[in-house]
Amino acid sequence: MSCDKSIDRRLAEKGVSRREFLKFCTMVSATMGLAPSFAPKIAQAITGSQRLPVVYLSFAECTGCTEGLLRSTYPWFDELLLETLSLEYNETVFAAAGEQAEKALHDAVTKYEGQFLCVVAGAIPTAGDGIYGMIAGKTMLEIARDICPKSMAVICIGTCASFGGVAAAAPNPTGAKGVEDALGEALPKPVVKIPGCPPNPINFVGTVVNYLLFGKLPELDAYKRPLFAYGKTIHDQCPRRSHFENGEFVEEWGSKEAEMGWCLYNMGCKGPETYNNCPTVKFNDGTSWPVQAGHPCIGCSEPDFWDTMSPFYKAL
Amino acid sequence: MAQRIVVDPITRIEGHLRIEVEVANGKVTNAWSSSTLFRGLEIILKGRDPRDAWLFTQRACGVCTYVHGLASIRCVEDAVGVTAPPNARLIRNLLMGVQILHDHLVHFYHLHALDWVDVVSALQADPVKASQIANQVSPAGKSGPSDFKAVQQRLQKFVDSGQLGLFTNGYWGHPAYKLPPEVNLIATAHYLEALRQQARTARMHAVFGAKNPHLQSLVVGGVSCVADLNPDRISEFLYLWKETKDFIDNVYLPDVLAVAGFYKDWGAIGGTSNFLAYGEFPQGEKEPESLFLPRGAIFKRQLGKVDAVDVDKIVEHVKYSWYEGDKALHPSVGETKPAPSKLDTAKEYSWTKAPRYMDEAMEVGPLARVLVAYGRGHEPTRKLVDDALKQLDVPAEALFSTLGRTAGRAIETKIIADAMEGWIMELVENIKRGENRTFASYEMPQEAAGMGLNDVPRGALGHWIEIKGQKIANYQMVVPSTWNLGPRCAAGKPGPVEEALIGTPIADPKRPVEILRTVHSFDPCIACAVHVIDPRTNEVYKFKVA
Repeated sequence: MSCDKSIDRRLAEKGVSRREFLKFCTMVSATMGLAPSFAPKIAQAITGSQRLPVVYLSFAECTGCTEGLLRSTYPWFDELLLETLSLEYNETVFAAAGEQAEKALHDAVTKYEGQFLCVVAGAIPTAGDGIYGMIAGKTMLEIARDICPKSMAVICIGTCASFGGVAAAAPNPTGAKGVEDALGEALPKPVVKIPGCPPNPINFVGTVVNYLLFGKLPELDAYKRPLFAYGKTIHDQCPRRSHFENGEFVEEWGSKEAEMGWCLYNMGCKGPETYNNCPTVKFNDGTSWPVQAGHPCIGCSEPDFWDTMSPFYKAL
Repeated sequence: MAQRIVVDPITRIEGHLRIEVEVANGKVTNAWSSSTLFRGLEIILKGRDPRDAWLFTQRACGVCTYVHGLASIRCVEDAVGVTAPPNARLIRNLLMGVQILHDHLVHFYHLHALDWVDVVSALQADPVKASQIANQVSPAGKSGPSDFKAVQQRLQKFVDSGQLGLFTNGYWGHPAYKLPPEVNLIATAHYLEALRQQARTARMHAVFGAKNPHLQSLVVGGVSCVADLNPDRISEFLYLWKETKDFIDNVYLPDVLAVAGFYKDWGAIGGTSNFLAYGEFPQGEKEPESLFLPRGAIFKRQLGKVDAVDVDKIVEHVKYSWYEGDKALHPSVGETKPAPSKLDTAKEYSWTKAPRYMDEAMEVGPLARVLVAYGRGHEPTRKLVDDALKQLDVPAEALFSTLGRTAGRAIETKIIADAMEGWIMELVENIKRGENRTFASYEMPQEAAGMGLNDVPRGALGHWIEIKGQKIANYQMVVPSTWNLGPRCAAGKPGPVEEALIGTPIADPKRPVEILRTVHSFDPCIACAVHVIDPRTNEVYKFKVA
């Protein structure tokens, strides 16, 4: 299967060589657990002519998940924006504001009913009927109840949208919940959760590519996380694993042992109980990840991690 | 007859903000800024391990990520009485530098530019002419006719697809847009270029901070990344720093000044009166003396008179905010209970409180820092500010404006980028002579109180902690966007953005792009701004929804 020429030309226009691009596609296919022969198909999915409509809602969040997406490389964020997806609504980058932005949202939902991906960042405050979070005079709870069921599927980006996240940490003053919990029966649509604080953008891109490629969402675990990314524990993929097996542990920051990259278990690492692909994919174009920077994993892709994984510096 | 305009949501910011203005005779006569999301981070912090606080507070904001982490670490270090070693200070300064460079780049191109740049007009541009203009502005970068033609074709294709995505319903063709098509094309090309540059700039955070957003290499007492203090990592950081600095010197700063040249009237719109900077980048153990960017306060635009800052003179008002009570209290003794009610600009209309310094509303952020540094005779600042004023041929008074705020941000970006090289070299020298400490140990006291001050992309940031039984008893943050975007105080004085909006011309009340210009010039970050202090009880709040 070969890429069609126009893709090559388009990539060349953007200063991306075919080789670079296929390298990325191979990485995505590896991340997704596909054979390398899928790379050209992924290339086509990412640069196809039909752009998938996406409505991106931001609720009780910090914009970290959206910022994470901005850090996407191969495809760069501009490619996602201009060539892969059709971002019908997103508060962070949208040119229009106020009424004009709201109109864009409602027009998109009407036009693409049942055909758009609804991406949600942030938890939904439910206490007091949702009064703690308002946009354009409506509660976030109302907005979610209105928009999410009209999508073809909901992708929860980040731990807040997935499980409630930091806003839902005890004592959860605003009754914040993940999207599925907040909507319950009112959400008869497939849901994919991409937790992390924030998640690696490659896990979001992988999920979208999965859809563009196969016309379906990826295989999920019991928490509805894609298995290609959340199938193994951090501990099982950790490059420091041999130090754990040898009983070689860091006991103080900045020590000789820390410098030698020994195991952070005694410093509070939550890697053994956390499912994610950080050690293999790493963040910011493969630059680093917490354990490489000498800091324990805090378990940020697990439900209720702010309560179940803390104190963060206490050993499991 | 006065007319009310509501813009909700304000897009291209962090968080959820609603702006209401009153317009009469084509000008804004009154304004109200409302934050419409409350998460309650301080309530959540209560009773937890103080060492964990930084991981929680960093989640106040994912745009100005890191800053609440560092403020918290400094705050807890102050409480437990430990000073991080020099290498930790340098790493933290470098990470803060990266944060500001990254934040300001993204702010100008991706959050602010579309207020000034008409993307649709770029389709009419002549790429050859665009290339000539671009080369006059700055000889570097992708500025050949074919480069601009490629961008134009890409944009045309996008428009032809009929799926306008993020450009849907923009204010294209609005009479307030003044750039010629060629300049719009250059700016659009750089909008796209900056999207890639910011991702590479953020990689510097990952080098010594594990990842971005939400870094994970700080600890109370120092940093955890001792294994990354090696030649490979340092040269990776240097390479990315150099690339970013080139972009700032050759694209960002020239673009801001070029665009500003077409909008000089905005040098008299959107100004405020008083400015506060805590200062940033400690060069030694003593603060504020060793801060690279100085601490100071300026009242009534008197550049020649920069006062020292007395943090005890800060109070937060809640009269117009959705909290019980109406006492104005110092952050260290604050006590607040959320009491949401119907939004009413005459009564209560925001989750944000109204901080005041010596009873005045203070603008914080890049402009405040630049003005304080200028007033203090900070040489690099003086030179760049004077050069910019000269190039634009505007008086110093133009600094106090929407234009001044946006230009000040770009100027400060260059100042910090230039200074970072020295900090990297200092780190190298330390390692060379075997100074490799990255952590200082401490005992967690039973009872303590502390304060951490930073000056971060959006302005002055303070964290206050009270520790009892080795747990957090009380935690509070007074953040830049609370200063800039807060509501009126008990005396009825408007907050900075409310003051700045008054007098703004509005050509078309249905498409108030002019409001966005001034609001965006403050680079609002609302998730940070909204929080609550220890309510001391866990009672369920009553709702008074009219």
